[in-house]
Amino acid sequence: MKNRFKTWAENYGLFLLVVVLLISVWEWVVKQGFIPSFILPAPTSIWQSLMENRQLLLEQHLPATLKEVLLGFILSLIGGVIIGVGMHFSRALEKVLYPFLVISQTVPLIAISPIFIMWFGYSIWSKIAVTILTAFFPIVVSTYDGLKTGGEEYRELLLTMGGNRWQIFKKVQVPLALPVLFSGLKMSVVYCVVGATIGEWLGASEGLGYFSRRMSGNLQADALFAAIFLLSLLGIVLFLLIGLAEKLLLKSVKNQKGSKRK
Amino acid sequence: MNVLPGEFVSVIGASGSGKSTLFKLIAGLLEPDQGQIWINGQKSGKRLGKVGYMPQKDLLLPWRTVADNVMLPIEISKEKKQEKTSEISEGLNRFGLAGFEKAYPHELSGGMKQRVAFLRTIMTGRELLLLDEPFGALDSMTKHNMHSWLLELWEDLQKTVLFITHDLEEAILLSDRIFLLLDKGAIKELKVEIPRPRRSELIYQTEFIAMRKELEMLIHNEK
Repeated sequence: MKNRFKTWAENYGLFLLVVVLLISVWEWVVKQGFIPSFILPAPTSIWQSLMENRQLLLEQHLPATLKEVLLGFILSLIGGVIIGVGMHFSRALEKVLYPFLVISQTVPLIAISPIFIMWFGYSIWSKIAVTILTAFFPIVVSTYDGLKTGGEEYRELLLTMGGNRWQIFKKVQVPLALPVLFSGLKMSVVYCVVGATIGEWLGASEGLGYFSRRMSGNLQADALFAAIFLLSLLGIVLFLLIGLAEKLLLKSVKNQKGSKRK
Repeated sequence: MNVLPGEFVSVIGASGSGKSTLFKLIAGLLEPDQGQIWINGQKSGKRLGKVGYMPQKDLLLPWRTVADNVMLPIEISKEKKQEKTSEISEGLNRFGLAGFEKAYPHELSGGMKQRVAFLRTIMTGRELLLLDEPFGALDSMTKHNMHSWLLELWEDLQKTVLFITHDLEEAILLSDRIFLLLDKGAIKELKVEIPRPRRSELIYQTEFIAMRKELEMLIHNEK
């Protein structure tokens, strides 16, 4: 137990120390009046505002954003994996889709989002559309690239055993792709939070993005910062959850990395 | 070139002389521009899945245990797993891998990994095995042990082996015949007349050393 605490402190101690230091300096600077509180509110007043608005934030706006993020992520995951696998199996599909994928990422999100609002109105689907647009790209790319990683020698080996394409895919290429896919998922889930927030900024009736836009209109910096704090917390929690899923699913592969380091 | 049933034949050549290409041709991964490949007295069109192939790297799947890695060819050929489990555990015993069934490849030594890969190749159930420098990546002591082990095992295996190496000692010790791949596609054949069963101490005997000298002469004269 003591040992575990020690490694934990070794890993995160320095980070926590810096965070505490930064927040203290921040608090002091604002309290001393160097920066006006409507520009940068003190950490304590952000916390106070979070507590005051906690019912509104935690029971209405956070669940609304979370719903958009999760739906957007799940749809991106399904669609992204299907497209990535399709591109892996069909060169024609790859040649057709890849340019479109890149174009979809070069179009400025802020510019295209009003189109979604036009199509889907203020319903949840306009937000989900923006979320999917930001989130599916890393999933497609990591699926596609993951399936290509270093499988050539294994492919030849299974071919000589009489294996067909499907067996090679299932027994070698999918397991090899999983670590790469998980890297993509971690990025994607964070982008989901960004996408949902942008969607809400442009048109919504609830959600943390909507709330922070309203607060910035009212010049209520402390409430705005409280919403931002919750948004980044949401991103961190989702990121850690994907990391946990990865750890559980890829136990043996992780083990291997660990022992190599020794 | 020809290989008879139950023979152990080595192929020696400088790097770039096409040893691995030859194996890929026989295994069916490549098709010949010229010439024909006959297996079991018939000209073979589709060779994939008819020959056991062991590549240079062990290529064990790191997320599978030793037992599951050895099971792979059986899964591919869709045979009944249960019927083969006793055969596999017997194989693991014979290959000195008993007790390591549940170990992952990264927990094994280099020599053990090669033995697992070899056992996996045998579990394909094919008559002809192509071994592409299986001991090439091992240190000389492990290699020596593997030679003794393989010589002991060889009599019971009753397989036909084509073996790529650039180690002359290894070739003489293990083979019945040796093919030298020389420049411009020339091939020289050599018979190893040392009777079996052989032991790895053989390498210090005069006839062995003479044989090795002859082999080296052949290679250098060509150049």
